[in-house]
Amino acid sequence: MPITLTINGKRTRIAAHPMTRLLDVLREDCGLTGTKEGCGEGECGACTVLLDGVPVNSCLVPLAQADGTHVATIEGLRGRHPLQRAFVEHGGAQCGICTPGMIMAAVALGRKPSMDAMRVGLAGNLCRCTGYSAIYRSIRSAAGASTR
Amino acid sequence: MRGSISNRRLFEPRSLRDALRMLRDEGPLVPMAGCTDLYVSLNFGTLKDTRFLNLWRLDALRKIETRGAGVSIGALATHTDIMRSALVGKRLPMLAAACREIGGVQIQNRGTLGGNVANASPAGDTLPVLAAADAVVVLASAGGIRRVPFTAFYTGYRRSVMRPDELIAAFDIPSVHGRQWFRKVGTRAAQAISKVVMAACDDDRPRIAVGSVGPTVVRLPRTEAALAAGASIADARRMLVDEIAPIDDLRSTAEYRSRVAANLLARCLTEFGMS
Repeated sequence: MPITLTINGKRTRIAAHPMTRLLDVLREDCGLTGTKEGCGEGECGACTVLLDGVPVNSCLVPLAQADGTHVATIEGLRGRHPLQRAFVEHGGAQCGICTPGMIMAAVALGRKPSMDAMRVGLAGNLCRCTGYSAIYRSIRSAAGASTR
Repeated sequence: MRGSISNRRLFEPRSLRDALRMLRDEGPLVPMAGCTDLYVSLNFGTLKDTRFLNLWRLDALRKIETRGAGVSIGALATHTDIMRSALVGKRLPMLAAACREIGGVQIQNRGTLGGNVANASPAGDTLPVLAAADAVVVLASAGGIRRVPFTAFYTGYRRSVMRPDELIAAFDIPSVHGRQWFRKVGTRAAQAISKVVMAACDDDRPRIAVGSVGPTVVRLPRTEAALAAGASIADARRMLVDEIAPIDDLRSTAEYRSRVAANLLARCLTEFGMS
């Protein structure tokens, strides 16, 4: 039985095995390759998407459990989100593999997260290039930009 | 992904009754909740099972509610649900503290209390809390309900008294009157598996439980009895070391775990105002 989810606002019917990882549905069935696979075990957060507004590791979500949900991926931000601009301007992205997951986790923090909220909210997203400071700077700067 | 799924079958119950009937008639089935452990083994290609039961839609198992002076927590309550529950914050803050230290937010949003217990890792972060609080595991099957004290739930490394036709429905946790204490020691604050994890409360007498120091989470009956009879912290440290059985593995050594467990106990007892 096909499963229907709303991906970046668009209702999508997926005919795949119900145990397919949401990550594979997005990348292979939908061609949304912005969401990356890092570790495949819920440690690195590279595959973070929002499921009904809440960050999850898409490598650990069976398609059956996403039936009827709203999924938001990096493509849904269409390159125009203040966080995306800020990550470019402040060196928040280097190799780029963690970046889509970082940005989706940051989106879930809302408009003006405190430093503590950023540290807790991104604790499940690992980056091996930036040392995190540039990422926190990017998020802080985006918070300023979006309130202008 | 190294594991294949084409040969696997997923059963989709619409209600708890439905799920229990499937377990009885179609079993053995592997229950699937937040998948934060199960999909790790699936991704690694180490998951041998082929028949699964999707519990995620069974909202009846997600409730957190008062039960007498205590709390009842549905097996499907996520770590985020538990952290955000005002009831848990008031009556069982050591459980909220444990949930806060599990994984990152992505894992907390999906991992469940029932899953943490069913996965049966001796390092499970919520397990010492349930042991110290004298929780009761509510097991449901098509034949009815049975209630097992959490301290009698595990029978060995990753083994429990749960039958293949049973599901964990909820945890009933009696009220804790005294202070509560929780501490996890790992490589880093988030996303780390515990080297030692301890929970304690001091109602009329201290109740102390430790994880990652043996094949299952353990209570410390002799240390507890000695403390109730007025033992010093120094004596309690020595008794704890006799009561635990840590091993050397890739995360730590037996010696380190014993030392840290004793230090945690000393810190806990000091915070409880003992000497």
